[in-house]
Amino acid sequence: MRWIWIDKFLEFTSGQRAVALKNVTLAEEHLHDHFPGFPVMPECLMIEAMAQTAGILVGEARKFEEKVILAKIKKAVFHHYVRPGDTITIHAEMESIAPEAASTTGQIRRGDELIAEISLMFSHIDQNLAGKKFPEENFVFTDMFNSLLTGFIADNRTEPQG
Amino acid sequence: MAMSRDEIFDQVKEVLVDALGLDDDEVTEEATLMGDLGAESIDFLDIVFRLEKAFGIKVPREELLPAESLLTNPEYVSNGKLTAKGLSELKAKMPHTDFSDFEDDPDVNKLMDLFTVQSIVNFVETKLS
Repeated sequence: MRWIWIDKFLEFTSGQRAVALKNVTLAEEHLHDHFPGFPVMPECLMIEAMAQTAGILVGEARKFEEKVILAKIKKAVFHHYVRPGDTITIHAEMESIAPEAASTTGQIRRGDELIAEISLMFSHIDQNLAGKKFPEENFVFTDMFNSLLTGFIADNRTEPQG
Repeated sequence: MAMSRDEIFDQVKEVLVDALGLDDDEVTEEATLMGDLGAESIDFLDIVFRLEKAFGIKVPREELLPAESLLTNPEYVSNGKLTAKGLSELKAKMPHTDFSDFEDDPDVNKLMDLFTVQSIVNFVETKLS
């Protein structure tokens, strides 16, 4: 099973930017221990939310043909706690994309409040790690991920006209 | 106006400090990227992206890192060392690099030592001129 860490996309502009939304709930069991009596969303999971939002942005830019793996956290600065009941939006922007890799910048916000600034690098793994072979199928982007984009890709992808 | 070599060095230094999480004084002209500054393979791509942005240049990966394509060619590598042909091919592709130490023992494991701060400054200088 893949752990989907965003609830839906609010915006998706192919190759440029994506905005996703996540509702944080006390039904997430890890919040019971992090911390007892003071539940806050772990910061590593904010990075995961950004990795999924930005990772899908990077993957879609190459029509999901590349296996996109989080390779480096360039920057992660956290300004506020995120608590159960909060709705956060994850804003990812494409900074650079090349055949081998991509870099993104982004922010997590709660309403207008800046919660975190997270910049990432992704590797297109088939284009790197010379000599290593990976499975043919794209194990990164499963149907579950694609379903998140329903309604966005069709709206944003410009098909050549007649 | 053209940038002076010192200005290029300062900008390259800033790129490396940000990309590799270094202190300013760690970045010297002689420092090797992997050995001294602890760069890993993904960092090279990060550095390439940052150089492109900082200097407004395009950096095709094979131009900055041409060694990768040579290593898979048996004509250029024998017993873990570059052949004479491989060495001259590499020199032609990396005119911005100082080969004086490497030439004495062209061990492929030492290839990464060719990537010094100086070689990047030289590379950017060529690109800008």
